[in-house]
Amino acid sequence: MNNPDIISHTTGRSQYLDDIPVLKNTLYGVIFSSPSPHGKITDLDLSAALAVPGVRRIFTFEDIPGKNDIGGVISDETLFAVDEVHYRGQPVALVVAETEQTARKAVQLINIVISEMEPVTDPREAAAKGLFLIPSRTFRMGDVAAAWDACEHIFEGRADTGGQEHLYLETQGAYSYPSDKGCIRIHSSTQGPTLVQKIAARVLALPMNHVEVDVARLGGAFGGKEDQATFVAVMAALAASLLQMPVKITLSRGDDMRMTGKRHPYSADYRIGLTGDYRIMAYQVVMYQNGGAAADLSPAIMERTLFHSTNAYFIPNTEVTVHSCRTNLPPNTAFRGFGAPQGMFMIEAAIARAASELKIPARIIQQANFLKENDMFQYGQVAMDVNIGKCFTALNKEFEIDRIEKEIAEFNSRRTIYRKGMALMPVCFGVSFTNTSMNHARALVHIYQDGSIGISTGAVEMGQGVNTRLARVAAAAFSVAPARIRIETTNTTRVANTSPTAASTGADLNGNALLIAAGKLTGRLKEVASQLLNCAPADVSLQEEKVLVNGEQTELTWEKLVREAFLMRVALSETGHYATPVIYFDKTLEKGHPFIYHVYGTAVFTVLLDCLRGRYSIEKVLLVHDFGNSVNPDLDMGQVEGGIVQGIGWMTMEEVAFSKDGRMLTDSLSTYKVPDIYSAPAVIDCRALGTKGPKFALLSSKAIGEPPFMYGIGAFFALQNAIRAFNPAWTPDFDAPLTPEKVLMRLYDRNNQ
Amino acid sequence: MVTFILNDETISTGRPSGYSLLDFIRYDMGLTGTRTGCREGDCGACTVLVGTRKGDSVSYSSAVSCLMPLVNAHGRHIVTVEGINTGNISAVQRAIVDHSATQCGFCTPGIVMSLTAESLAARKTTPESAVASVSGNICRCTGYKSIEKAAAVIASALAGKPASDPVSWLVDRGELPAYFLSIAERLSLISPLPPEPAGVRGIAGGTDLMVQKADLLAETGTVTFLEREELKGITADSGRCVIGAAVTVSELGRSGLLKRHIPDLESYMQLIASEPVRNMATIGGNIVNASPIGDMSVMLLALNADATITDGRQERRVPLKNLFLAYKKLDIREGEYLKNITFPCSDDPPLFSFEKVSRRTHLDIASVNSAISLRINGDTIGECHLSAGGVSPVPLCLKKTASFLTGRQINAETLLQANEVIREEISPISDVRGSKEYKRLLLRQLFIAHFLKLFPRRLNLKIYEL
Repeated sequence: MNNPDIISHTTGRSQYLDDIPVLKNTLYGVIFSSPSPHGKITDLDLSAALAVPGVRRIFTFEDIPGKNDIGGVISDETLFAVDEVHYRGQPVALVVAETEQTARKAVQLINIVISEMEPVTDPREAAAKGLFLIPSRTFRMGDVAAAWDACEHIFEGRADTGGQEHLYLETQGAYSYPSDKGCIRIHSSTQGPTLVQKIAARVLALPMNHVEVDVARLGGAFGGKEDQATFVAVMAALAASLLQMPVKITLSRGDDMRMTGKRHPYSADYRIGLTGDYRIMAYQVVMYQNGGAAADLSPAIMERTLFHSTNAYFIPNTEVTVHSCRTNLPPNTAFRGFGAPQGMFMIEAAIARAASELKIPARIIQQANFLKENDMFQYGQVAMDVNIGKCFTALNKEFEIDRIEKEIAEFNSRRTIYRKGMALMPVCFGVSFTNTSMNHARALVHIYQDGSIGISTGAVEMGQGVNTRLARVAAAAFSVAPARIRIETTNTTRVANTSPTAASTGADLNGNALLIAAGKLTGRLKEVASQLLNCAPADVSLQEEKVLVNGEQTELTWEKLVREAFLMRVALSETGHYATPVIYFDKTLEKGHPFIYHVYGTAVFTVLLDCLRGRYSIEKVLLVHDFGNSVNPDLDMGQVEGGIVQGIGWMTMEEVAFSKDGRMLTDSLSTYKVPDIYSAPAVIDCRALGTKGPKFALLSSKAIGEPPFMYGIGAFFALQNAIRAFNPAWTPDFDAPLTPEKVLMRLYDRNNQ
Repeated sequence: MVTFILNDETISTGRPSGYSLLDFIRYDMGLTGTRTGCREGDCGACTVLVGTRKGDSVSYSSAVSCLMPLVNAHGRHIVTVEGINTGNISAVQRAIVDHSATQCGFCTPGIVMSLTAESLAARKTTPESAVASVSGNICRCTGYKSIEKAAAVIASALAGKPASDPVSWLVDRGELPAYFLSIAERLSLISPLPPEPAGVRGIAGGTDLMVQKADLLAETGTVTFLEREELKGITADSGRCVIGAAVTVSELGRSGLLKRHIPDLESYMQLIASEPVRNMATIGGNIVNASPIGDMSVMLLALNADATITDGRQERRVPLKNLFLAYKKLDIREGEYLKNITFPCSDDPPLFSFEKVSRRTHLDIASVNSAISLRINGDTIGECHLSAGGVSPVPLCLKKTASFLTGRQINAETLLQANEVIREEISPISDVRGSKEYKRLLLRQLFIAHFLKLFPRRLNLKIYEL
């Protein structure tokens, strides 16, 4: 079944936030943000900006009727700076004018005087100064200290990963207007409508029932609109509420890139110990998470880093610590993978380091340590239905890794200007919000009297295809044509208290809630049919818009059944509530069963490196992925391909650069490069591991949004191997991304000779 | 008043001539299928078709509307995604649907328009040319594999397309609305804009000015250089090739005259910007922009080109290598403009090579670029011109290195010694395009690459020993 939006996407009729027809008298907001990374505001002069014809009002913290607090997890972030600024791009004021151009002009006339304070941009420096966002956390299993003695080989070193700009094609935006009796309506480009509602209510000093948030769809999000859509939405609501006029804010690309947080850069010191037969006995790592100036989602991201720090391996003795460091950068935030990619990169770096020292391919170590059934994760969950070994075996059978290695060795022995490299990248990703209390959702289903069906859930469609899954679930549950189903906008007045659409859980949580609601409705409709057809309800079934009794088709159609039910005064609306069973986590012990299931897969990357120019291309990504029972193969494959290419981007060309003093150097698409069609791998060949899938996954089809992203890490290590094939003198270091610059410098690095 | 046909409607607007076409389409006309992604021509979400009348027919190409001042739409046919919808989806749209080549959908109309421009192009469409047509469209969701598959299907659907009249062919098949057939006639009714009063600053393709100064242009208005006959065309004249300043990069890339001098011209052009930007950007703009990394400047320096500067009455000829005075400073005085570029051409052109490395190979600004042209006298190098970008405040003509090379044999020793001369001539700085150490190393590599490419047999060079 196709995406229900697919035709309107190609004809341009799908409506995004900036496409909503504007009301008369709509005003436009542009944010004035701090030009300094750290300092005290000693003067803020708005007079010249206010004098620009067409400027209606300029809002600062002083205009906030409620609390100047937009912290989602921790109350450490203001909507507008008060007396200090903590990063360049921190909002200080909102100019509202008759046109966006006027507001932009006025913003340039705002005069701010800041008494500069020393900025910190490096997380290790922040840690040395004791600047932490939250207390550090450590996961432990076994006894690391004792385990080193049992290790034949011990290696230690440093690894770093860079930030990543989400670069959703649609920038952050919001459109807000006053509604009835002091209420406010917000159209927001958010993954978390309830969060926007809650924070807007807090800032405006309104009860939550006075704030309605509506989301039609997002033009990409990838986590960047989970927490960071909030400030834009709340500012629009504040201005709309105080002016009693419609107010729209659409961030320019530059403002979006400068003001919003990115994927967290991490820096780590690792120590890894192996036995003579390459079993990893001990792994110790300290990671410094660059959190930026406020907590945002850093605590939860840190947690997922801890959970995934051993990737798909069983390591009996571990000690993993993450420090969440406060720096003078925009608050870093959720991004596909949510801390897991950084944790996985570190263990893969440690393995690659060990392999290079031991002069063996890394995959020998990887293979020797794959997680097995009933192994214990370091967080106390017993691994069940472990498929990593099966994925690897299937991968080897399909693509013959030995053969690929031989071909590459043969190619490299020709000593042209090109070298090839390969790497294996296994992935094990836990599904559920790590914060157990967020794992619930609701659905509201209306069957209208003409037989059409409207479905509302808490899920936000952002391209990941949750609406496709929901529509499919509903069409199957009611056994009606897909054309009868409309997935409504996500709206806080229809479905309340929702978790953000994140953590790859959108389909599982909301789809299961929808199944519950649909089950109640079909039960009632069968009851009606049994009365009309004089049979037992258990004998009734619905099939392709027809009512069947004991498998025999009757005259009763879906439309007729619905109409009769309506006349018989039967309720044709229903809600469903779903909360993920089984899961729990005890943070005092750092042990529990946080994930309802895990997603597994293994990929092989091959790269071609032009050693003359330092340019490279990803030739092939061959993988076996555990989809469970893939219900929408096209959609699942789209997530695999999209995730892999985004992961490759993170590992290769995407480099978020800040100057020492916290100025963003890559704040445009001409300086921050994401993969284009020519940088996609020539081949992505993904085979499904045939499994029936876990029962708690929606229709046994496993969550797919995030896991494929982490395959992209393989690009880094494949490139490293190509560099080593050219320059054996080079000692590999682990500083992602591996840009063409870094590659060329390493190809001709003669320091070790 | 700027007048053009927007989809099926003739529009006249009193908006300032420098106002962006994107804003006009979206916010004045409410055609929201054309999306705002970056406003610097780097994402393609705002791609539209631009139809230019050529006699009785109209030729279409893609353009990024964010960088197009209204004045450049005058007398043309502008087509947005709404303008190609016939009620049934087209083969382009169908291919995207069939291959799930859309996820969030925000970039999709831009991709549809790029592929539609390819469908309308008066040449054969291949899977490669279909992919090239979307090379300026960033999609952050799909990973592009599904788009590649859709592009291949579109190419095969266009197998029977006649290069002579693709518009009628597509209209006959129901792929394009019938109103396209009357556009040429309707465009002929639009009069040229009257000359602007003196003192109004001019714009050509706009692909850089609209990035830097969109708000200012939207207020003050501008005049276009694109319509001036004396700035158009690529001709040969008394032993020199003459390229009008308003020639677009796309026109240059297709020039038979130039291909005789630069056999690999088309592949070099693929390394410059993207298809819609190449369709808009002019040679003159790339030079007077004075970017130290301008690809065209670097190529033309190696061709030993001269610039013709005029104030409208008096002309003067300046060797290109003397035109760039300092960072973003040119030997062009107030009231003057670049008329054309000329370089020596003959039936026996010198060897030519262009090299460019950027963080992303396509649609990116170079970290370092370089070009060389040279002749061979027996075993030794004859006349030689070498240039490089990204290694000094201006696009640099490496004169000392070129004279060092002249008369020497082509071997590893010559190249390594020449590289020492290069090191003296350049002064790279560390910036977002790379550290100065990287740029020094990279230029050495590109310099060697020129020779490896031009003399693969002659040069027994083991690069891993360098």
